[in-house]
Amino acid sequence: MTVQELPIAGDADVVRVRQAVRAAAVDAKLSLVDQTKLVTAASELARNTLTYGGGGGAVVEQVQNGLRKGVRAVFRDKGPGIADVAQALTDGFTSGSGMGLGLGGARRLVDEFAIETAPGDGTTVTVVKWAR
Amino acid sequence: MERLPILKIGQMLLVSIQVDLRDDMVVALQEDLADRIVETGARGVVIDITALDIVDSFTGRMLATMAALSRVLDADTVVVGMRPAVAITLVELGLSLDGIKTALDVERGMRLLSLAGGSAR
Repeated sequence: MTVQELPIAGDADVVRVRQAVRAAAVDAKLSLVDQTKLVTAASELARNTLTYGGGGGAVVEQVQNGLRKGVRAVFRDKGPGIADVAQALTDGFTSGSGMGLGLGGARRLVDEFAIETAPGDGTTVTVVKWAR
Repeated sequence: MERLPILKIGQMLLVSIQVDLRDDMVVALQEDLADRIVETGARGVVIDITALDIVDSFTGRMLATMAALSRVLDADTVVVGMRPAVAITLVELGLSLDGIKTALDVERGMRLLSLAGGSAR
């Protein structure tokens, strides 16, 4: 399984990231519900990269832990960063026009969730979903 | 930009989403739908999402907005055809689609609208 690097610069790129994540999830034999959860999380995160990060990129790859397969997706932007991560992860909190479910919702839909960010330093969000 | 077709069936409008949705297409649909409701005097709107493999918070919010918009323009909205995996994910995401009527398929959606008086005008 190859590593896919995709730019996120417009609405069409968000769709392409979703499709790449879906293909990787099918390949890793995630169940349909788990595929759907991961693709939905990827959609939220790709949109955040575009809307709040001013664009950036995603890296999608299959990962393996013993016999277990999974998919890792990393979303990176060089935007303003997030000053208060705990607040940004809270349901209902939004600095934009969304519902404030993006970041916290995405975290609930995946198995592993990591966020690296600092004001002025961009944001990197990494998610992993494992096949059961 | 590709726009989603809105079909008129009797007193109802049917939007069947068959493509991978881009955010800008969803925004355009909202405007087109408002125009078509006024133009046709439709009393009901059925939005068929059978082909959608995900509904994220943006799409969910736009569905809610379209339902609210239709209500203001004197039309009821029913969202039909949500896949089970999409429903499970939506709930876990935290999106309850409050205030949106749903039905399992287009036929049931249309029946729901006519029971609500959708074909009375």
